[in-house]
Amino acid sequence: MLTSLSDPFETLLAIQRALDSRRESDWMARGTAGFGSFPPINIFQQGHDFVAVVELPGVDKSDLQLEAKDDTIRISGKKIVLYDEGASAHRRERLAGAFDRTIVMPVHIDAAGVKADYRDGLLVIFAPRAESDKPKTIKIN
Amino acid sequence: MAQELAVQQKREVDKKEESTVPFRAFLPATDIFETDQALTVVLEMPGVSKDSVDVSLENDIVKIEGRIDYSKYEGLQPLYTEYNVGHYVRSFQLSNRIDQDAIKAEIEDGVMTLVLPKVEKAKPRRIAIN
Repeated sequence: MLTSLSDPFETLLAIQRALDSRRESDWMARGTAGFGSFPPINIFQQGHDFVAVVELPGVDKSDLQLEAKDDTIRISGKKIVLYDEGASAHRRERLAGAFDRTIVMPVHIDAAGVKADYRDGLLVIFAPRAESDKPKTIKIN
Repeated sequence: MAQELAVQQKREVDKKEESTVPFRAFLPATDIFETDQALTVVLEMPGVSKDSVDVSLENDIVKIEGRIDYSKYEGLQPLYTEYNVGHYVRSFQLSNRIDQDAIKAEIEDGVMTLVLPKVEKAKPRRIAIN
């Protein structure tokens, strides 16, 4: 669990270490997902539900599509990087182009309840766990 | 048909001196373009907003620092990660061709655009060929 510590530097470093440790973890291993397709996604658990954070700087909301069906989430769109006519490049590191990525969650999610927010270049997708998948407490007689 | 985007790994800042505080920062992907009027520097810093970016100029070096709000990650348990997060830092040496008083900066959707106008005498002159 990512929690804050008294020293803000320690908190950020703890978060970075936790993210590193889950690099391409086996949580997705039985499925089809893997590193290499754009955009890179981080998936977190928040209580019973899931939060996916995708870095997509400089994308117009009208160029971004999100679909949710069964247990899959599909992110597609295009990232446009355009400079003036007659501009001469000194350095080019930004990537531009079309992307279309599907992630299959290894748990059942409620596709109808998926919500997303795009702010400051971060696409944050909130995927609630399906009711059928939530643990039920069993009363012991 | 638009070319498909490939993913690129974030580059970490190469620390030249040892620091007294633990610090892992990243270099924002940067494009630098030049027109007759100005030099444009565009940096990608997803998660950075106007209030959390600093652009400073000292001794001909422009330094851009973008801070992310990592408090948003509190209470989240990482399950599967493909990239790490952290503050962004990058600096560039400016030549005397730049009018340092007229530098403009703006940031939108995690992309910061810095316009560095050239001083008058640095603008290219077309030479007539007899």
